[in-house]
Amino acid sequence: MDFVGAYSAENLKFLMEGLYITLFVAFVAIILSFLLGCILGVTRYTNIPVLSQISFVFVEIIRNLPLLLLIFFMRFALPEVGIKLGPVAAAITALTIFEGAMISEIVRAGLASVDKGQIEAARSSGLTSVQTLWHIVLPQGLRRMVPPLVSQFISLLKDTSLGVVISLAELMHNAGIIIGHGFNYTIPTLLLVALIYFTVNYLLSLLSKRLEAKNA
Amino acid sequence: MQFSILTDYFGTYMEGFRGTVLSSLLALVGSFLLGTLIAVFRISAVRALRWFGTGYTEFIRNIPLLLVVYIFYYGPSAFGSSLDGFTAGTIGLAVYTSAFIAEAIRAGIAAVPKGQTEAARSSGLTYVQTMTHVVLPQAIKLVIPPLGNQFINLIKNSSVLTIVAGLDLMYFADIVNSDTFRTFDTYVFVALFYLVLTLPLSYGMRVWERRLQRKY
Repeated sequence: MDFVGAYSAENLKFLMEGLYITLFVAFVAIILSFLLGCILGVTRYTNIPVLSQISFVFVEIIRNLPLLLLIFFMRFALPEVGIKLGPVAAAITALTIFEGAMISEIVRAGLASVDKGQIEAARSSGLTSVQTLWHIVLPQGLRRMVPPLVSQFISLLKDTSLGVVISLAELMHNAGIIIGHGFNYTIPTLLLVALIYFTVNYLLSLLSKRLEAKNA
Repeated sequence: MQFSILTDYFGTYMEGFRGTVLSSLLALVGSFLLGTLIAVFRISAVRALRWFGTGYTEFIRNIPLLLVVYIFYYGPSAFGSSLDGFTAGTIGLAVYTSAFIAEAIRAGIAAVPKGQTEAARSSGLTYVQTMTHVVLPQAIKLVIPPLGNQFINLIKNSSVLTIVAGLDLMYFADIVNSDTFRTFDTYVFVALFYLVLTLPLSYGMRVWERRLQRKY
């Protein structure tokens, strides 16, 4: 095991470049998948005819497929129908669709957990159904969604590593290249990368705990 | 859509399908045994074991599955030995999933009211009898839905085997793809093979959860 060689300035810089791509892809995908998840979740919660059924089928199919398949599909199958995406765009698209489907379930369950009496009270006070959703159901539901949402975001960040199948230059991909330089680098590199992922995700989970404490 | 790909390469697809099913089943058994052990550690009276159990679950849950698989695939080479992709991938899957299963089992045991344990102990049951006759039968009911979800995740996650040439569905799909050059169709059919496995399981889980809710 060659810790000194594995942690050379050049290798560390290379890993940091990978981390930057990982964080960038994760950040964009978190925002987009949250938006998609809210749209799908609210559609299902409000039971809009046809749209609700379509989003149910969409969510069920996506949730039951491997993310790896979706990433691969976005990069290599879509060009056959005329949509060409680079590695970053393909990874973000696949992550958004996959995690958006997961998040829609969290949103739907969070909204459904709001007490029925609250809705009845709001409606009988003269609020419209949109006002009720916006002022009464969403604020209470969102609070309950925070813990599962954060753990979903942690999953998303970990899942960016599957970008290696389309040569997305993120952290795991760059680690793989360093490992390829010699057997002596394998364990030091994997150890460091594990610590990086752990630190980032642990900070995210601490954030979630603080948010929970604030809301309690 | 060229359906002849499905019929012409059915054997190739099935070979991958078998690999995915076998790897998922082996990893399920392995992760269940390991996860139960870790859960026992986490509720044990010995502080060092509790500490180890918590550290293990927290660490594994915050690093990507691919990293765990790499440890078993590239790690042995640092010591002059090696594991093939299927073995390394399946061990990695089992280790990764065990952390989630340990957490599910721990939560299930913690959800059984303390009064149950106290009543059992004061009725003269030993600790082991209390566990096997009172706590575990109640906990297992609560643990089955999250375990089922973990199994579905396991099937989907087994697709990372393809990254280490692990002879799974995605790996054999690549063979079909490089033969036919019809990426879109090839991977739509792969999706069908995954859905055949995961959709009935998800549906079964939902029925089970609903039955559980009715009982209380």
